[in-house]
Amino acid sequence: MAEYSALALIRNALNGNKDWKPAWRKPEPKASYDVIVIGGGGHGLSTAYYLAKEHGITNVAVLEKGYLGSGNVGRNTTAVRSNYLLPANTRFYEHSMKLWENLSHDLNYNVMFSQRGCLNLAHTPAQLDDFARRGNAMRHLGVDAELMTPAEISRLIPAMHVSPDARFPIYGGLMQPRAGTARHDAVAWGYARAADRRGVDIVENCEVTGFIREGERIVGVTTTRGDIRARKVALAVAGSTGRVMQMAGIERLPIESHVLQAFVTESLKPFIDTVVTFGMGHFYMSQSDKGGLIYGGDLDGYNSYAQRGNLPIVEEVMAEMLALFPSLGMARVLRSWGGVCDMTMDGSPIITTGPLPGMYLNCGWCYGGFKATPASGWCFAHTIAKDEPHELNAPFTLERFHHGAIIDDKGQGATPRLH
Amino acid sequence: MLITCPYCGPRDVSEFTYQGDGNRERPAPASQNLDAWNEYVYDRLNPAGDHNEVWQHSGGCRSHLKVVRNTLTHEISSVVFARGHVPHRSPTKRGSKA
Repeated sequence: MAEYSALALIRNALNGNKDWKPAWRKPEPKASYDVIVIGGGGHGLSTAYYLAKEHGITNVAVLEKGYLGSGNVGRNTTAVRSNYLLPANTRFYEHSMKLWENLSHDLNYNVMFSQRGCLNLAHTPAQLDDFARRGNAMRHLGVDAELMTPAEISRLIPAMHVSPDARFPIYGGLMQPRAGTARHDAVAWGYARAADRRGVDIVENCEVTGFIREGERIVGVTTTRGDIRARKVALAVAGSTGRVMQMAGIERLPIESHVLQAFVTESLKPFIDTVVTFGMGHFYMSQSDKGGLIYGGDLDGYNSYAQRGNLPIVEEVMAEMLALFPSLGMARVLRSWGGVCDMTMDGSPIITTGPLPGMYLNCGWCYGGFKATPASGWCFAHTIAKDEPHELNAPFTLERFHHGAIIDDKGQGATPRLH
Repeated sequence: MLITCPYCGPRDVSEFTYQGDGNRERPAPASQNLDAWNEYVYDRLNPAGDHNEVWQHSGGCRSHLKVVRNTLTHEISSVVFARGHVPHRSPTKRGSKA
């Protein structure tokens, strides 16, 4: 029987909640494992889960330098969508969407996945044409997409300033109805618990300080909790990729780390029941089940590992919010925070074997990693188990830049801060 | 974050445009060394700590600047003109023809 169920709730309610087990153990790290996953964020945990579930590899450790979920999985704005233009991205993110749709059942943990839709607003006729093209590309690959008129948008989001006198009038929008949001912490906790129940050791407060080598081959890691050896060492450390790879002697990667800020307001009554993105700048917003409006905009725009940003972007994001929702001038901002994003040169991720023997690399999530969490772990687990990529992540190599096979959805070129 | 422009003095970061990693070396225009071009276009040092970078004071004197900034603390330890010298402003004499 499932550990979390209505029956279990009733039983525990009657016996004083004595039956609940901790969601995951706190094991001491063993001297060796089959696979070590560095990084206890969403991607590392889902990798460990799918290694155990899909490939029967359960002698796995996930090493997390802080507490579980302290990085980007707990810092994002929780949007889940698969509305990409290029086939490699569309197929990968749509696979992720399908895993999301069954994730709460699969993990027996409510990740509060809510398919409330995601609407990209177009503010010029040319932008609307471009969205139509992207929508057609999505539908061609079996992904849902609908063009909406200003009248339909106005009915969907009554609070939004949809009038011809708006600073940036709205000409229409591209809606993906199956997109939505999920509770980000629950995703980390759910994957952690499900992996733990299959035998994976989740080791928190265990920072990797170096790699153990035999010749060229990586055979383990040194950590703040001792040396741990493994046949395979997998990295899923997002914004820290540059730092960790430097310990392995790899100085240059097609990645820059940048800081992205996010914001939440005080709890409001139901205000918006979809995810909306502004097309004349960079702004996105949704409302959490607690009522806070969660929103963000562009990167600060310079290399940073600081997990905090500067005021010019705060001002810009607020201005964009007020351009769309003048009534939110009254709302109070509760918190803002920053996360470190591993921006690649084409805006698409890297999931690959290597670059050193015994090593596997998962990085380059830019600021879209949360929605990729299930498919990233699923594909990475396949890559680790079979020593070759799944066809879904085969395009996401590290060498694609050398070969010119870049996957640049926005067509921005090698300027990471613009992706 | 304030950047002290050697020409204008300390100014808010919003006056500046980030032009990226200043460690990269551009191959000669006629170079056919693909590895060198690849490294220049795509590969980055991305250090956690002091980082050499190029900024332009686009909302001010428009000088290109070479900045050393710590990516962990955002602390700036050095700002010099990218060309390594102060741009020459020749004093024009009144009444003289250009």
